[in-house]
Amino acid sequence: MSTRTLISPAQLARPRGRILYWVVFAVVVGGFTLAFLGPLYWMVSSGFKDTQEVIQTPPTLVPGSFAPENYSRAWEVMDLATLLFNTLYYALGALAFQLVLDVAAAYSLSKLRPVLGKAVLGMMLATLMIPATVLVVPQYLTVLDVPIFERNLLNSPWVIWLPSVTNAFNIFLLKRFFDSIPKELLDAASIDGASPTRILWSIVLPVSRPILGVVSIFAVVGVWKDFLWPMLTLPDPTAQTLNVGIYSLSAGVPVNVLIAALTIASVPTLLLFLVFQRNIMGGLTAGGLKG
Amino acid sequence: MSAPSVTPSKAASPRHSPPPAAEPVPGGGRFAKSLRRNLTAHGFLIGAVLCFAFFSWYPMVREFLLAFQKTESGQSTWVGFDNLVTVVNDPAFWQAWRNTLLFTVLALVFGFAVPFLVALVINEFHHGQGYLRLLVYLPVMLPPVASVLLFKYLYDPGYGLLNELLRFLHLPEQQWLQDPDLSMLSVVIASTWMNMGGAALIYLAALQSIPGELYEAAELDGAGLLRKIWHVTIPQTRLILSLMLLMQIIATMQVFVEPFLLTGGAGPEGSTTTVVHLIYQYAFNFNNYGAAAALGLLLLVLLAGFSAAYVKLSRAEDE
Repeated sequence: MSTRTLISPAQLARPRGRILYWVVFAVVVGGFTLAFLGPLYWMVSSGFKDTQEVIQTPPTLVPGSFAPENYSRAWEVMDLATLLFNTLYYALGALAFQLVLDVAAAYSLSKLRPVLGKAVLGMMLATLMIPATVLVVPQYLTVLDVPIFERNLLNSPWVIWLPSVTNAFNIFLLKRFFDSIPKELLDAASIDGASPTRILWSIVLPVSRPILGVVSIFAVVGVWKDFLWPMLTLPDPTAQTLNVGIYSLSAGVPVNVLIAALTIASVPTLLLFLVFQRNIMGGLTAGGLKG
Repeated sequence: MSAPSVTPSKAASPRHSPPPAAEPVPGGGRFAKSLRRNLTAHGFLIGAVLCFAFFSWYPMVREFLLAFQKTESGQSTWVGFDNLVTVVNDPAFWQAWRNTLLFTVLALVFGFAVPFLVALVINEFHHGQGYLRLLVYLPVMLPPVASVLLFKYLYDPGYGLLNELLRFLHLPEQQWLQDPDLSMLSVVIASTWMNMGGAALIYLAALQSIPGELYEAAELDGAGLLRKIWHVTIPQTRLILSLMLLMQIIATMQVFVEPFLLTGGAGPEGSTTTVVHLIYQYAFNFNNYGAAAALGLLLLVLLAGFSAAYVKLSRAEDE
């Protein structure tokens, strides 16, 4: 790469440096592949082993038996179709709620600047400082009987969707991005008679595509990865997410079927990652920790 | 653990409110206009504010109330510090704190040092950086149930791959999760594997912003590799390092999912019961919400200090 790092180019240019570089490089690439891809290979391949082989010692690197029916059994026994559908439904719903409500809030705080807006923003950001786990108990009691509305949200998608909106980090990311949109641009539109909604829709959103992408990915991945909250609030097996459903059935099924189920559960987010890896890894550092 | 961190200070820093617009006022007066403007602005804000009110702010207040109340058959009575006394006198209390502390220390040794070393190594390569970054971040994208149960399988004392590796190296086999002395370490190793990707990539970004001239200057002064790391790399990334350290402490003190899924929460001889697991038990196994809230409040007070330090540091970073 262009920038100078720890080891000087002169050192690398020497024959000894060059050999050392390639040796270390090979060791690191090999080691990393083994450490990070190895377990995944192990998971996918074990899903194809029959019941005997999967628990045999020494384990086999390449499956000697071929039992693809593990995957179809996992699909049926654990009702993965329902779990997958639920997870997707919750994730897309949470995405929609976050995109609409958090974007509107960030736009209002950044560009419309209402009275008390700063106080509201401060109170939102304060939630980032409260350890999330501390709030799980009172949050659970709240969704059991939502005040004013007196509704019990257990087992309903709302229990995932509505709390997902309280993502101060997303609002902060969005607000910071909106802050960087030149005021003159919006003023010009305003003078031409555009309403705030129109300005949001026709000017702010189109230029905010990168940050909207980042927020969307975080929203979907967040639901896909969450465990404690859905475990508490979705006790009904037909309403559960992949994480919770597979966990609660994990004790009762053979190892190879369980592993096949884990593979199936991993595929959607891995695909999402491979397709959007640039946005995902870029979004990580967009969050305010700058180098 | 891997979520990027925030520097709220920037948003909180004073900013001039827009001067009253000089553009022509379309009817009404200045007051009517400002009212209309505010109504629209609040209209945009209301959805998120309601969600925060119901699912964040109200539970925060409730946490404080719960900690000093006893709830029996729907009736809440004020009991002062009774819940706190109950919690502290529970023999599980000190063990949970010891375990949590052990987890935090181990997670710092692994979860803090390993990603930094990984970033340091990746940054030196002129090839394959994209591939290595992809690898390191891959586990972060797995659903936790998949990575945790996969590790449970790898740790299995009978057919697990890890013992097979030890046999191959002619080392004694281990009981991993079933051994009270090893169980927490096993949990930490799995947790590091699952979560280190985010931290490694943040470090990598920080390393890539170090000006190369600093290394050249150090070389002219005759510095070797270790001295360059000590005198250039670490000082140049100190702010990120300390921010990540604080974030790691805050995150690891709240660990729940990994020990819960790997060892059922308690582990052999209670060796992996964490504070959050104890909160979970009080609330959802014993229905003692007061005790759960009191313990939660203790954790909150402890972590508030780290959070405050974090905010202070990130403000320093902004300047």
